[in-house]
Amino acid sequence: MALTQSDIDTEVSDLQDAYDKAVAEGAPVQNHPPRDYAPYRSSVLRYPKQPLVAVSGGDPETVELSGPVFGVTDITEIDSDLTIQHQGEPLGERITVSGRLLDRSGRPVRGQLIELWQANASGRYAHLRDQHPAPLDPNFTGVGRLLTDDQGRYRFTTIKPGAYPWRNHTNAWRPAHIHFSVFGTAFTQRLVTQMYFPNDPLFRYDPILRSVTDEAARNRLVAEYNHDLSQPEFSLGYEWDIVLDGPSATWIEEGRD
Amino acid sequence: MSPSPASPVSPVSPENLRPTPSHTVGPFYGYALPFPEGEQVAPKGHPDTVTLHGYVLDGAGDPIPDALLEFWQAAPDGSLSGAPGSLRRDPVTGGFLGRNGTDFTGFGRVATDADGHYALYTLPPGNVGLPYISVCVFARGLLTHLYTRAYLADGADPLLDSLPAERRATLVATEGERRTYRFDIRLQGEGETVFLEFE
Repeated sequence: MALTQSDIDTEVSDLQDAYDKAVAEGAPVQNHPPRDYAPYRSSVLRYPKQPLVAVSGGDPETVELSGPVFGVTDITEIDSDLTIQHQGEPLGERITVSGRLLDRSGRPVRGQLIELWQANASGRYAHLRDQHPAPLDPNFTGVGRLLTDDQGRYRFTTIKPGAYPWRNHTNAWRPAHIHFSVFGTAFTQRLVTQMYFPNDPLFRYDPILRSVTDEAARNRLVAEYNHDLSQPEFSLGYEWDIVLDGPSATWIEEGRD
Repeated sequence: MSPSPASPVSPVSPENLRPTPSHTVGPFYGYALPFPEGEQVAPKGHPDTVTLHGYVLDGAGDPIPDALLEFWQAAPDGSLSGAPGSLRRDPVTGGFLGRNGTDFTGFGRVATDADGHYALYTLPPGNVGLPYISVCVFARGLLTHLYTRAYLADGADPLLDSLPAERRATLVATEGERRTYRFDIRLQGEGETVFLEFE
Protein backbone atom coordinates (compact mmCIF):
# COMPACT_ATOMS: atom_id res chain seq x y z
CA MET A 1 0.00 0.00 0.00
CA ALA A 2 1.32 3.41 -0.95
CA LEU A 3 2.54 5.59 1.86
CA THR A 4 0.38 8.62 2.49
CA GLN A 5 1.35 12.03 3.76
CA SER A 6 -0.48 11.14 6.95
CA ASP A 7 1.74 8.06 7.46
CA ILE A 8 4.85 10.21 7.03
CA ASP A 9 3.44 12.94 9.29
CA THR A 10 2.97 10.38 12.06
CA GLU A 11 6.53 9.12 11.77
CA VAL A 12 7.92 12.66 11.65
CA SER A 13 5.87 13.66 14.66
CA ASP A 14 6.97 10.61 16.69
CA LEU A 15 10.62 11.30 15.97
CA GLN A 16 10.16 14.98 16.78
CA ASP A 17 8.54 14.13 20.11
CA ALA A 18 11.30 11.65 20.96
CA TYR A 19 13.99 14.25 20.20
CA ASP A 20 12.26 17.02 22.18
CA LYS A 21 11.80 14.69 25.14
CA ALA A 22 15.44 13.59 25.06
CA VAL A 23 16.66 17.20 25.00
CA ALA A 24 14.29 18.11 27.85
CA GLU A 25 15.90 15.28 29.82
CA GLY A 26 19.39 16.62 29.18
CA ALA A 27 20.49 15.01 25.91
CA PRO A 28 22.71 17.20 23.73
CA VAL A 29 21.18 19.39 21.03
CA GLN A 30 21.75 17.93 17.56
CA ASN A 31 22.77 20.48 14.95
CA HIS A 32 22.68 18.01 12.07
CA PRO A 33 20.08 15.49 10.98
CA PRO A 34 20.49 11.87 12.10
CA ARG A 35 21.51 9.69 9.17
CA ASP A 36 18.96 7.04 10.07
CA TYR A 37 15.80 9.01 9.52
CA ALA A 38 13.20 6.61 8.15
CA PRO A 39 10.57 9.18 7.04
CA TYR A 40 13.09 10.03 4.31
CA ARG A 41 12.84 6.60 2.74
CA SER A 42 16.01 6.83 0.65
CA SER A 43 18.03 6.87 3.87
CA VAL A 44 17.04 3.39 5.01
CA LEU A 45 19.87 1.42 3.34
CA ARG A 46 22.32 4.29 3.21
CA TYR A 47 23.42 5.01 6.76
CA PRO A 48 26.10 3.20 8.77
CA LYS A 49 24.87 1.16 11.72
CA GLN A 50 28.26 1.18 13.44
CA PRO A 51 29.13 4.30 15.43
CA LEU A 52 31.52 6.76 13.82
CA VAL A 53 35.13 6.39 14.95
CA ALA A 54 36.57 9.56 16.46
CA VAL A 55 39.90 10.73 15.10
CA SER A 56 41.62 12.37 18.02
CA GLY A 57 42.07 16.08 17.54
CA GLY A 58 45.24 17.92 18.33
CA ASP A 59 47.52 16.49 15.67
CA PRO A 60 48.07 19.28 13.13
CA GLU A 61 49.41 16.73 10.64
CA THR A 62 46.00 15.14 10.35
CA VAL A 63 45.28 15.53 6.64
CA GLU A 64 41.61 16.40 7.15
CA LEU A 65 42.47 19.50 9.19
CA SER A 66 43.58 21.16 5.96
CA GLY A 67 41.54 21.24 2.80
CA PRO A 68 41.34 22.08 -0.86
CA VAL A 69 41.82 25.65 -2.02
CA PHE A 70 40.31 27.39 -5.02
CA GLY A 71 41.26 30.50 -6.94
CA VAL A 72 40.36 32.87 -9.72
CA THR A 73 40.94 30.18 -12.34
CA ASP A 74 38.14 28.08 -10.82
CA ILE A 75 35.31 30.53 -11.50
CA THR A 76 34.18 32.89 -14.21
CA GLU A 77 32.65 36.27 -13.56
CA ILE A 78 29.15 35.30 -14.63
CA ASP A 79 29.03 32.20 -12.44
CA SER A 80 27.47 34.12 -9.56
CA ASP A 81 24.64 35.49 -11.71
CA LEU A 82 22.39 32.65 -12.81
CA THR A 83 20.19 35.02 -14.80
CA ILE A 84 22.80 35.96 -17.43
CA GLN A 85 24.13 32.57 -18.42
CA HIS A 86 21.92 32.28 -21.52
CA GLN A 87 20.75 34.40 -24.44
CA GLY A 88 17.49 35.45 -22.82
CA GLU A 89 16.12 36.22 -19.38
CA PRO A 90 14.92 33.29 -17.27
CA LEU A 91 11.30 33.22 -16.16
CA GLY A 92 10.53 33.73 -12.51
CA GLU A 93 10.98 36.04 -9.57
CA ARG A 94 14.51 37.46 -9.64
CA ILE A 95 16.26 37.27 -6.27
CA THR A 96 19.55 38.26 -4.66
CA VAL A 97 20.87 35.76 -2.11
CA SER A 98 23.68 37.01 0.08
CA GLY A 99 25.31 36.32 3.43
CA ARG A 100 28.49 35.49 5.25
CA LEU A 101 30.48 32.30 5.44
CA LEU A 102 31.82 31.85 8.98
CA ASP A 103 33.68 29.19 10.90
CA ARG A 104 32.41 28.05 14.27
CA SER A 105 34.27 30.78 16.12
CA GLY A 106 32.66 33.45 13.97
CA ARG A 107 35.61 34.23 11.75
CA PRO A 108 34.92 34.88 8.08
CA VAL A 109 36.05 32.19 5.68
CA ARG A 110 37.70 34.11 2.86
CA GLY A 111 38.33 33.15 -0.74
CA GLN A 112 36.57 29.82 -0.47
CA LEU A 113 34.31 28.10 -2.96
CA ILE A 114 30.53 28.17 -2.67
CA GLU A 115 28.57 26.24 -5.29
CA LEU A 116 24.80 26.21 -5.66
CA TRP A 117 22.23 24.47 -7.78
CA GLN A 118 18.47 24.67 -7.93
CA ALA A 119 15.26 23.99 -9.83
CA ASN A 120 13.85 26.64 -12.14
CA ALA A 121 10.83 28.81 -11.33
CA SER A 122 8.51 25.95 -12.31
CA GLY A 123 10.22 23.51 -9.97
CA ARG A 124 12.08 21.56 -12.66
CA TYR A 125 15.79 20.70 -12.59
CA ALA A 126 17.89 20.74 -15.74
CA HIS A 127 18.62 17.07 -15.04
CA LEU A 128 17.53 14.17 -17.22
CA ARG A 129 16.20 12.26 -14.21
CA ASP A 130 13.78 15.04 -13.36
CA GLN A 131 10.88 14.22 -15.71
CA HIS A 132 7.95 15.67 -13.82
CA PRO A 133 5.62 17.66 -16.08
CA ALA A 134 6.83 21.19 -15.44
CA PRO A 135 8.55 23.14 -18.20
CA LEU A 136 12.29 23.46 -18.58
CA ASP A 137 13.48 27.03 -19.07
CA PRO A 138 15.93 27.38 -21.99
CA ASN A 139 17.31 30.49 -20.29
CA PHE A 140 18.01 28.90 -16.93
CA THR A 141 20.36 26.10 -15.95
CA GLY A 142 20.40 26.70 -12.22
CA VAL A 143 24.10 26.31 -11.41
CA GLY A 144 26.26 28.97 -9.77
CA ARG A 145 29.58 29.29 -7.98
CA LEU A 146 31.80 31.97 -6.52
CA LEU A 147 34.64 32.62 -4.12
CA THR A 148 33.80 34.40 -0.87
CA ASP A 149 35.25 37.91 -0.59
CA ASP A 150 37.76 39.15 1.97
CA GLN A 151 35.00 39.52 4.54
CA GLY A 152 33.68 36.03 3.90
CA ARG A 153 30.65 37.38 2.06
CA TYR A 154 28.92 35.87 -0.92
CA ARG A 155 26.24 37.21 -3.27
CA PHE A 156 24.29 35.39 -5.96
CA THR A 157 21.69 36.67 -8.41
CA THR A 158 19.20 34.00 -9.42
CA ILE A 159 15.48 33.32 -9.63
CA LYS A 160 13.30 31.87 -6.90
CA PRO A 161 12.99 28.12 -7.44
CA GLY A 162 9.58 26.47 -7.50
CA ALA A 163 8.37 23.70 -5.22
CA TYR A 164 8.35 20.28 -6.86
CA PRO A 165 6.89 16.81 -6.35
CA TRP A 166 8.99 13.76 -5.47
CA ARG A 167 8.23 10.14 -4.78
CA ASN A 168 9.02 9.64 -1.12
CA HIS A 169 5.31 9.05 -0.53
CA THR A 170 2.05 9.91 -2.30
CA ASN A 171 1.69 13.65 -2.88
CA ALA A 172 5.15 14.45 -1.52
CA TRP A 173 6.33 17.99 -2.35
CA ARG A 174 9.61 19.65 -1.57
CA PRO A 175 9.44 23.24 -0.33
CA ALA A 176 11.33 25.66 -2.56
CA HIS A 177 15.04 25.44 -1.80
CA ILE A 178 18.52 26.12 -3.16
CA HIS A 179 21.26 23.52 -2.73
CA PHE A 180 24.56 24.85 -1.38
CA SER A 181 27.98 23.20 -1.37
CA VAL A 182 30.54 24.97 0.81
CA PHE A 183 34.22 24.54 1.69
CA GLY A 184 36.00 25.81 4.77
CA THR A 185 39.73 25.90 5.42
CA ALA A 186 39.63 22.26 6.56
CA PHE A 187 38.13 19.20 4.89
CA THR A 188 36.38 18.51 8.22
CA GLN A 189 34.30 21.67 7.68
CA ARG A 190 32.82 20.50 4.40
CA LEU A 191 29.10 21.24 4.15
CA VAL A 192 26.39 20.41 1.65
CA THR A 193 22.98 21.72 2.59
CA GLN A 194 19.81 23.43 1.37
CA MET A 195 18.51 26.95 1.92
CA TYR A 196 14.78 27.54 2.25
CA PHE A 197 12.55 30.60 1.89
CA PRO A 198 10.58 32.09 4.80
CA ASN A 199 7.05 30.95 5.67
CA ASP A 200 6.79 28.16 3.12
CA PRO A 201 3.56 26.22 3.87
CA LEU A 202 5.29 22.98 2.79
CA PHE A 203 7.81 23.00 5.65
CA ARG A 204 5.73 20.85 7.96
CA TYR A 205 5.15 18.18 5.33
CA ASP A 206 8.74 17.74 4.22
CA PRO A 207 10.66 14.82 5.79
CA ILE A 208 13.98 16.18 4.52
CA LEU A 209 13.65 19.49 6.34
CA ARG A 210 12.06 17.74 9.33
CA SER A 211 15.06 15.38 9.52
CA VAL A 212 16.75 18.28 11.29
CA THR A 213 14.87 17.49 14.47
CA ASP A 214 16.11 20.49 16.42
CA GLU A 215 13.75 23.37 15.72
CA ALA A 216 16.32 26.12 16.17
CA ALA A 217 18.71 24.28 13.85
CA ARG A 218 15.92 23.86 11.30
CA ASN A 219 15.24 27.59 11.40
CA ARG A 220 18.87 28.23 10.54
CA LEU A 221 18.20 26.73 7.11
CA VAL A 222 15.62 29.40 6.33
CA ALA A 223 16.85 32.63 4.74
CA GLU A 224 15.52 35.97 5.94
CA TYR A 225 13.87 38.43 3.60
CA ASN A 226 16.00 41.60 3.73
CA HIS A 227 14.49 44.66 2.10
CA ASP A 228 17.84 46.44 2.10
CA LEU A 229 19.20 43.68 -0.12
CA SER A 230 16.36 44.06 -2.61
CA GLN A 231 17.40 45.92 -5.74
CA PRO A 232 14.93 48.58 -6.94
CA GLU A 233 12.98 47.36 -9.95
CA PHE A 234 15.23 44.31 -10.19
CA SER A 235 15.25 41.67 -7.43
CA LEU A 236 14.10 40.67 -3.94
CA GLY A 237 16.80 40.17 -1.33
CA TYR A 238 17.33 37.17 0.92
CA GLU A 239 20.03 36.99 3.55
CA TRP A 240 21.47 33.72 4.74
CA ASP A 241 24.63 33.23 6.81
CA ILE A 242 26.40 29.89 6.73
CA VAL A 243 28.30 28.65 9.78
CA LEU A 244 30.65 25.72 9.24
CA ASP A 245 31.07 22.96 11.81
CA GLY A 246 34.17 20.89 12.44
CA PRO A 247 37.70 21.67 13.59
CA SER A 248 40.44 23.17 11.45
CA ALA A 249 44.22 23.43 11.75
CA THR A 250 43.85 27.11 12.65
CA TRP A 251 41.89 26.14 15.75
CA ILE A 252 44.53 23.82 17.00
CA GLU A 253 47.35 26.27 16.33
CA GLU A 254 45.53 28.80 18.48
CA GLY A 255 44.73 26.28 21.19
CA ARG A 256 41.05 27.03 20.96
CA ASP A 257 39.75 23.53 20.68
CA MET B 1 46.51 30.10 0.46
CA SER B 2 44.76 29.55 3.80
CA PRO B 3 42.99 32.69 4.89
CA SER B 4 44.71 34.20 7.89
CA PRO B 5 42.85 34.24 11.20
CA ALA B 6 41.08 37.48 11.98
CA SER B 7 38.36 38.74 14.22
CA PRO B 8 34.78 38.67 12.92
CA VAL B 9 33.81 41.54 10.65
CA SER B 10 30.89 42.33 12.91
CA PRO B 11 29.53 40.90 16.16
CA VAL B 12 27.78 37.60 15.64
CA SER B 13 25.17 36.55 18.13
CA PRO B 14 25.65 33.14 19.77
CA GLU B 15 22.61 31.71 17.99
CA ASN B 16 24.04 32.68 14.63
CA LEU B 17 27.22 30.91 15.55
CA ARG B 18 25.55 27.56 15.81
CA PRO B 19 26.45 25.43 12.80
CA THR B 20 24.31 25.36 9.71
CA PRO B 21 22.75 21.89 9.52
CA SER B 22 23.73 19.49 6.79
CA HIS B 23 21.25 18.20 4.22
CA THR B 24 21.39 15.48 1.62
CA VAL B 25 23.01 16.26 -1.72
CA GLY B 26 19.83 14.84 -3.27
CA PRO B 27 19.50 13.23 -6.71
CA PHE B 28 20.06 16.24 -8.97
CA TYR B 29 23.58 17.51 -8.24
CA GLY B 30 24.88 15.83 -11.38
CA TYR B 31 24.80 18.91 -13.61
CA ALA B 32 26.27 21.14 -10.89
CA LEU B 33 29.02 19.50 -8.85
CA PRO B 34 30.94 17.02 -11.04
CA PHE B 35 33.43 18.68 -13.38
CA PRO B 36 35.61 17.38 -16.22
CA GLU B 37 38.87 15.84 -14.96
CA GLY B 38 37.56 15.82 -11.39
CA GLU B 39 39.07 12.32 -11.16
CA GLN B 40 42.39 13.34 -12.74
CA VAL B 41 44.30 14.66 -9.72
CA ALA B 42 47.66 13.45 -11.10
CA PRO B 43 49.00 15.42 -14.05
CA LYS B 44 48.04 13.36 -17.10
CA GLY B 45 50.69 10.85 -18.06
CA HIS B 46 52.65 11.26 -14.83
CA PRO B 47 54.68 8.06 -14.36
CA ASP B 48 53.94 7.86 -10.62
CA THR B 49 50.16 7.88 -11.11
CA VAL B 50 48.19 5.49 -8.93
CA THR B 51 44.57 4.49 -9.51
CA LEU B 52 42.22 4.27 -6.55
CA HIS B 53 38.92 2.67 -7.52
CA GLY B 54 36.04 0.63 -6.23
CA TYR B 55 32.32 0.45 -5.68
CA VAL B 56 30.00 2.30 -3.35
CA LEU B 57 27.42 -0.13 -1.95
CA ASP B 58 24.28 0.17 0.16
CA GLY B 59 23.00 -1.95 3.05
CA ALA B 60 21.61 -4.56 0.66
CA GLY B 61 24.96 -4.83 -1.12
CA ASP B 62 23.60 -3.02 -4.16
CA PRO B 63 25.71 -0.45 -5.98
CA ILE B 64 24.85 3.20 -5.39
CA PRO B 65 24.74 4.94 -8.77
CA ASP B 66 24.16 8.40 -7.35
CA ALA B 67 26.96 8.85 -4.85
CA LEU B 68 29.47 11.66 -5.10
CA LEU B 69 32.94 11.16 -3.67
CA GLU B 70 35.45 13.84 -2.81
CA PHE B 71 39.11 13.16 -2.16
CA TRP B 72 41.66 15.25 -0.33
CA GLN B 73 45.28 14.29 0.27
CA ALA B 74 48.82 15.49 0.85
CA ALA B 75 51.01 16.13 -2.18
CA PRO B 76 53.81 13.59 -2.81
CA ASP B 77 56.21 15.89 -0.91
CA GLY B 78 53.88 15.93 2.10
CA SER B 79 52.53 19.43 1.53
CA LEU B 80 48.97 20.02 2.73
CA SER B 81 48.62 23.47 1.24
CA GLY B 82 46.86 22.30 -1.92
CA ALA B 83 46.63 24.49 -5.02
CA PRO B 84 43.82 26.16 -6.92
CA GLY B 85 42.79 24.96 -10.34
CA SER B 86 40.82 21.76 -9.73
CA LEU B 87 37.90 23.08 -11.76
CA ARG B 88 39.69 25.51 -14.05
CA ARG B 89 37.26 27.47 -16.18
CA ASP B 90 37.27 28.94 -19.64
CA PRO B 91 36.33 32.63 -19.39
CA VAL B 92 35.47 32.68 -23.10
CA THR B 93 32.88 29.90 -23.22
CA GLY B 94 32.07 29.46 -19.53
CA GLY B 95 33.04 25.80 -19.90
CA PHE B 96 35.77 23.84 -18.19
CA LEU B 97 39.39 23.84 -19.29
CA GLY B 98 40.48 20.84 -17.25
CA ARG B 99 43.46 20.97 -14.92
CA ASN B 100 46.57 22.82 -16.01
CA GLY B 101 48.72 19.68 -16.20
CA THR B 102 51.36 20.82 -13.74
CA ASP B 103 49.88 21.84 -10.38
CA PHE B 104 48.88 19.21 -7.85
CA THR B 105 45.68 20.48 -6.23
CA GLY B 106 45.23 17.51 -3.87
CA PHE B 107 41.48 17.57 -4.51
CA GLY B 108 39.35 15.21 -6.57
CA ARG B 109 35.62 14.84 -7.11
CA VAL B 110 34.06 11.80 -8.75
CA ALA B 111 30.43 10.73 -9.19
CA THR B 112 29.78 7.00 -9.22
CA ASP B 113 28.65 5.52 -12.53
CA ALA B 114 25.53 3.43 -13.12
CA ASP B 115 27.37 0.44 -11.59
CA GLY B 116 28.25 2.38 -8.45
CA HIS B 117 31.91 2.40 -9.55
CA TYR B 118 34.41 5.25 -9.23
CA ALA B 119 38.06 5.71 -10.18
CA LEU B 120 40.54 8.36 -9.07
CA TYR B 121 43.91 8.94 -10.74
CA THR B 122 46.33 10.58 -8.38
CA LEU B 123 49.89 10.67 -7.06
CA PRO B 124 50.92 8.83 -3.90
CA PRO B 125 50.20 10.96 -0.83
CA GLY B 126 53.28 11.97 1.14
CA ASN B 127 51.62 12.62 4.49
CA VAL B 128 53.35 11.79 7.78
CA GLY B 129 52.84 8.12 8.67
CA LEU B 130 51.03 5.63 6.49
CA PRO B 131 49.90 7.16 3.21
CA TYR B 132 46.17 7.77 3.03
CA ILE B 133 43.62 9.64 0.96
CA SER B 134 40.75 11.24 2.83
CA VAL B 135 37.35 10.47 1.33
CA CYS B 136 34.09 12.35 1.80
CA VAL B 137 30.92 10.53 0.71
CA PHE B 138 27.73 12.24 -0.44
CA ALA B 139 24.64 10.47 -1.77
CA ARG B 140 20.95 10.80 -2.25
CA GLY B 141 19.50 9.35 0.95
CA LEU B 142 22.51 10.32 3.04
CA LEU B 143 21.41 13.25 5.18
CA THR B 144 24.90 14.15 6.40
CA HIS B 145 28.05 13.29 4.45
CA LEU B 146 30.47 10.66 5.74
CA TYR B 147 34.25 10.69 6.03
CA THR B 148 36.54 7.73 5.64
CA ARG B 149 40.16 7.09 4.64
CA ALA B 150 41.68 4.94 1.94
CA TYR B 151 45.07 3.78 3.26
CA LEU B 152 47.45 2.78 0.48
CA ALA B 153 49.58 0.67 2.83
CA ASP B 154 49.09 -1.26 6.07
CA GLY B 155 51.22 -0.85 9.18
CA ALA B 156 51.37 1.01 12.45
CA ASP B 157 48.84 3.84 12.59
CA PRO B 158 46.95 5.31 15.56
CA LEU B 159 43.56 5.05 13.84
CA LEU B 160 44.06 1.61 12.27
CA ASP B 161 45.56 0.23 15.48
CA SER B 162 42.48 1.32 17.44
CA LEU B 163 40.21 -0.91 15.35
CA PRO B 164 39.43 -4.63 15.47
CA ALA B 165 41.06 -6.51 12.56
CA GLU B 166 37.83 -6.96 10.63
CA ARG B 167 36.99 -3.26 10.73
CA ARG B 168 40.58 -2.18 10.15
CA ALA B 169 40.53 -4.04 6.83
CA THR B 170 37.77 -1.77 5.52
CA LEU B 171 40.18 1.20 5.51
CA VAL B 172 43.10 -0.46 3.74
CA ALA B 173 42.93 -0.45 -0.05
CA THR B 174 43.94 -3.68 -1.79
CA GLU B 175 46.91 -3.26 -4.09
CA GLY B 176 46.50 -4.76 -7.53
CA GLU B 177 48.48 -4.73 -10.74
CA ARG B 178 49.81 -1.59 -12.42
CA ARG B 179 49.68 0.66 -9.35
CA THR B 180 45.96 0.08 -8.87
CA TYR B 181 44.28 0.10 -5.46
CA ARG B 182 40.81 -1.26 -4.84
CA PHE B 183 38.78 0.52 -2.19
CA ASP B 184 35.08 -0.30 -1.84
CA ILE B 185 32.81 1.75 0.39
CA ARG B 186 29.96 -0.09 2.11
CA LEU B 187 27.56 2.34 3.73
CA GLN B 188 25.79 -0.27 5.83
CA GLY B 189 25.70 -3.91 6.88
CA GLU B 190 28.25 -6.68 6.43
CA GLY B 191 31.74 -5.30 5.96
CA GLU B 192 30.48 -1.80 6.71
CA THR B 193 33.25 0.72 6.10
CA VAL B 194 34.63 2.54 9.12
CA PHE B 195 33.45 6.14 9.00
CA LEU B 196 35.13 8.90 10.95
CA GLU B 197 34.31 11.94 12.99
CA PHE B 198 36.68 14.76 13.83
CA GLU B 199 36.56 16.61 17.12
